[in-house]
Amino acid sequence: MNLPLSLTINGVRREIVLDDPRVTLLDLLRERLDLTGTKKGCDRGQCGACTVLVDGRRINSCLALAISHDGAEITTIEGVGHGGELHPVQAAFIAHDGFQCGFCTPGQIMSGIGLIQEGQAGDDPERVRECMSGNLCRCGAYQGITEAVLEAQSNMTASKQRRSA
Amino acid sequence: MMNFDYVRPANVADAIAAASEKGASYLASGTNLLDLMKGGVSRPSRLVDVTRLPGLDRIERLADGSLRIGTLVRNADLAHDAEFARTYPAVAEALLSGASAQLRNAATVGGNLMQRTRCAYFYDAGSACNRRWPGAGCDALQGENRLHAVLGWSEGCIATHPSDFCVPLVALDAIVEIEGKSGRRELPLEALHRLPGETPERETALERGDLIVALRLPAEAKDFAGHARYVKVRERTSYAFAVVSAAAALRIEHGKIREARLGLGGVAAKPWRAREAEQVLAGAAPDAAVYSEAARAALSDAKPSGDNAFKIELAQRILVRALTLAAAGTPDRIPALPGSPFSSVAGA
Repeated sequence: MNLPLSLTINGVRREIVLDDPRVTLLDLLRERLDLTGTKKGCDRGQCGACTVLVDGRRINSCLALAISHDGAEITTIEGVGHGGELHPVQAAFIAHDGFQCGFCTPGQIMSGIGLIQEGQAGDDPERVRECMSGNLCRCGAYQGITEAVLEAQSNMTASKQRRSA
Repeated sequence: MMNFDYVRPANVADAIAAASEKGASYLASGTNLLDLMKGGVSRPSRLVDVTRLPGLDRIERLADGSLRIGTLVRNADLAHDAEFARTYPAVAEALLSGASAQLRNAATVGGNLMQRTRCAYFYDAGSACNRRWPGAGCDALQGENRLHAVLGWSEGCIATHPSDFCVPLVALDAIVEIEGKSGRRELPLEALHRLPGETPERETALERGDLIVALRLPAEAKDFAGHARYVKVRERTSYAFAVVSAAAALRIEHGKIREARLGLGGVAAKPWRAREAEQVLAGAAPDAAVYSEAARAALSDAKPSGDNAFKIELAQRILVRALTLAAAGTPDRIPALPGSPFSSVAGA
């Protein structure tokens, strides 16, 4: 069975033909499109390593059938920086040591970007921790992750205010 | 994962026709179904993708004061709808206490209602499970069963229903709108999920091809907005299913409880409505003694199904906590740790 679908991935429109409906969005990105920044941790929606933005919302790409997302806009870790410039959340993860081994980091960063866009956590560390609870870090870099998300949010809010001033 | 045919119908009638064949299953976001398919627990031969069906993703305030929530509304969108959270605070708090932000962004209202038990023996295709394979037996009975049911279970199945969302919904008399081969009908949410009895494989009242199209909260559900909470004990602070949870919604007038609505989660194969406890509270002044009496009434029929007698005591304490918090008044904003007994909100 040939299943055509069209996805805009990191701003580039891709026409894809799947030969199997079982392909998850995660496996499509990693195995067929060579976008291996998105990580496969548990593959069961429990760890958050596969987090990407679909139409601007963070989801677990391991629990999403690719074919069901025909027409969607996908943003992965490869698509968040501009040229040589890091995304503010990426920069904040470096500044605050928000990782050790780095395996969960792309998912953490995508989740952090999604969280900031959702605008529910504000500057409350407890809300940030709660809203990041879908991303596990087995190195236990949570303190740095929370600080990084808080700082990135504050920087992004400030620069948005400067732009609109 | 077993292979399947994938179909994406353009309207509800086509969806019902496509899903009426043996082996077919509806697919919404798939956060539960794909997980079950990866484990070989669910093996549909056809997936009917309903995510593009028109008109099912709206939240509508109806003229009679009720609220109609389309089946495809995402859990996060519902919980963060400011008017919804203000009007049905225990429902919003329950939604936000469940899963993770990523899953709530994907998961739908109808999917939440239709999620399957998290019993480890149901999830393990190598274990005996009457729910998965009628007549196979139940490995949970002699297994790790400290999280299993204490109400409404049978020797055939001691699994619990995992939803948080459904617990305040059942307390607020939510109604499920269903489209099927013989047209549209509606059902109280309380009648959607079945207790296991002799047929644990029949988990809901739905027939083949039936599609939940909407959920409705009756006008009276708004009357509890000022005193409604959801409390959930988990084995970690966030991103875990309930060990036990409780929804309490009170209508307090002139210092007396005029009406109480109570639901329990994590205790049975369905979201549990505690009607006897509601009767204990009706007309009483809100105080600790009557909360304890209500909690005892709510669990009066409870029996351990294994190594889980502690849940009977825990459920009573959580119900008392939920009542205490509800009586103190709904907070202006949902706490940072929704539903958590460790929340730092005043009165918790």
